[in-house]
Amino acid sequence: MFSADRWYEVLSTLGRNPLRSILTALAIAWGIFMLVLLLGMGRGLRNGTEKAFADDAANSVWIFGGSTSQPHAGLPVNRRIVFDNGAYDALRGVDGVDKLTGRFFARGAMWGNELQTRVGAKVSSFDVRSVHPDHQHLEKTIVVAGRFLNDRDLAEKRKVTVIGEPVAEFLWGHTDVIGQTLAISGVSFTVVGVFTDEGDAGELRKLYIPITTAQLAFNGADRVNMLMFTVGDKGVGETAALVEEVKALLAERERFHPADPQAARIRNNLEQYATFQEIFWILELIIGGLGALALVAGIVGVSNIMIVAVNERTREIGVRKALGATPTTIVGTILQESLFLTTVAGYLGLVAGVALLEVVSSLVPASEYFANPQVDLQVALIANGVLIAAGAVAGFFPALTAARLSPVVAMREGA
Amino acid sequence: MWRQDGRLYGGSGPGSALGLARSVLRLNAINKYYQVGSHRLHVLRDVDAEIEDGELVSIMGASGSGKSTLLNILGILDRYDGGEYWLGDTLVRDLSETQAARYRNRFIGFVFQSFNLLPFKTALENVALPLYYQGVSRRARNRTAMQYLERVGLAEWAEHRPNELSGGQKQRVAIARALIGKPKIILADEPTGALDSATSLQIMDLLGEIHASGMTVIVVTHEAEIAARTQRVIRLRDGKIEAAA
Repeated sequence: MFSADRWYEVLSTLGRNPLRSILTALAIAWGIFMLVLLLGMGRGLRNGTEKAFADDAANSVWIFGGSTSQPHAGLPVNRRIVFDNGAYDALRGVDGVDKLTGRFFARGAMWGNELQTRVGAKVSSFDVRSVHPDHQHLEKTIVVAGRFLNDRDLAEKRKVTVIGEPVAEFLWGHTDVIGQTLAISGVSFTVVGVFTDEGDAGELRKLYIPITTAQLAFNGADRVNMLMFTVGDKGVGETAALVEEVKALLAERERFHPADPQAARIRNNLEQYATFQEIFWILELIIGGLGALALVAGIVGVSNIMIVAVNERTREIGVRKALGATPTTIVGTILQESLFLTTVAGYLGLVAGVALLEVVSSLVPASEYFANPQVDLQVALIANGVLIAAGAVAGFFPALTAARLSPVVAMREGA
Repeated sequence: MWRQDGRLYGGSGPGSALGLARSVLRLNAINKYYQVGSHRLHVLRDVDAEIEDGELVSIMGASGSGKSTLLNILGILDRYDGGEYWLGDTLVRDLSETQAARYRNRFIGFVFQSFNLLPFKTALENVALPLYYQGVSRRARNRTAMQYLERVGLAEWAEHRPNELSGGQKQRVAIARALIGKPKIILADEPTGALDSATSLQIMDLLGEIHASGMTVIVVTHEAEIAARTQRVIRLRDGKIEAAA
């Protein structure tokens, strides 16, 4: 099949009608180019979104206190629910809760929680998060110098802080600041750690302080405005059950109706993440499907052109058969033509597609919606395999028709 | 006139009954039907024929006589429904497409009325084509093809394509192509049908020369003038052999 002689025959045949050969190749190249491009863009969208999720632990559950919407145990509606250290301790005891942290909002709300931060003459407002040590895992905080908060910080209500790199840069002009002192709303804190984060820049302009210290320093009593925990490697279903259990426990403690949707607002990130993954899976499927359709169009084009080519060569094939060409030889030669054309064209389309993705990747900055458009090698190889199979299919049926031609009938054609 | 090489025909093949004469081709009660709608057309009826090695024979018949059908069967281009077709000591019956192609390649050299040269190949490449299907290397087959082109007097036209050749030249190229595989028989289907009378005579002379060199040549024709230049005429009428002269 791969003798030099056969190649000579194949190439000379393709060269007989160069325009047609080129147009056929173009159809296939275009198909694979679109496939690669669409898949790459789909991956870019997904990468962007996953980057947005990378900031927080995907397997986490957040619980905020709300207001009751149903009367319960003789208590009225619209009663504000605020958790306390007891709620945190209660959740600690729940089986299945992995990493657990509370957050205390010094100003009572999640947003607009910036506190004045000062080092000498340098003053700015930064978001100050009052948390438990496990918070590090929930926010995927990466400590680059020193350490994160620990249990002793909390137990002793130490005035220590872990600050984001940009905060250190702003206050001191460098990040080598372990042991330095800064003031948060006039209270002195010692820097014990500097962190970075995979999320966007906003996640870095923050300071972490022990929740117990914050409760004491900022008039918080034992309030905990928000509880966050991870669920380990539990699935979506198990997590939902755990959330129900936690909610029931909190309802018991805070005396709200367990079915009250407003009393405690719960954000199940795992569920959201799963939903997003599903959306993107479907999106990629659709995009891949579109690409595959483009490819199919190319294949149909090649098949069509091969049929035309074979029809045109009916007489030639008849002569060849009369002179001793076996059906295998006829099918083999035509298949080889088709395979050669599709493989070369497909490869060119693949290279062009990947090259364009690289250009897009280098020109378009990564955002929350789009990052690193790419096609993995595996997909590229599969696409190539599909292409070669497609070439075979495109050539096979015309080849079979050709091989079945009776030489007598074939030679009579146009005689 | 029969070639008698004095050697007894070996084996149990056909022709052994004839003793010294060696038949290259033998048809025993060949029957062929065509299904046309609900009708079954009996095209060849118990055709018996024997052609000796080295004969120059013509097959004559009006259109519809079964002449073309017989030619296709002889050329292993078509199957038959009953009887036996011996080519040398090979029974040609119920062959697969692949076997048929191999037998055509090894046993039969075709010369067609419309030449059937491949237009995009040079005269040399056309002549060499049967050797390509025998797996002969390009260099070797081109060398052989050149010898055969020389034999038909067209060596200087080797690199020309068919559309640059005259009808007579094309048929010479076709004859060279038919000869190159060293077949048992040359089957010429109306070889002069597309040529003027002067060229026709030249082509018949060439076929005569080829016959003289010991090759078996079968010419299918409807022209009595051409048939007259062969040693023996097999006439077909309504699917039957009418007379053997």
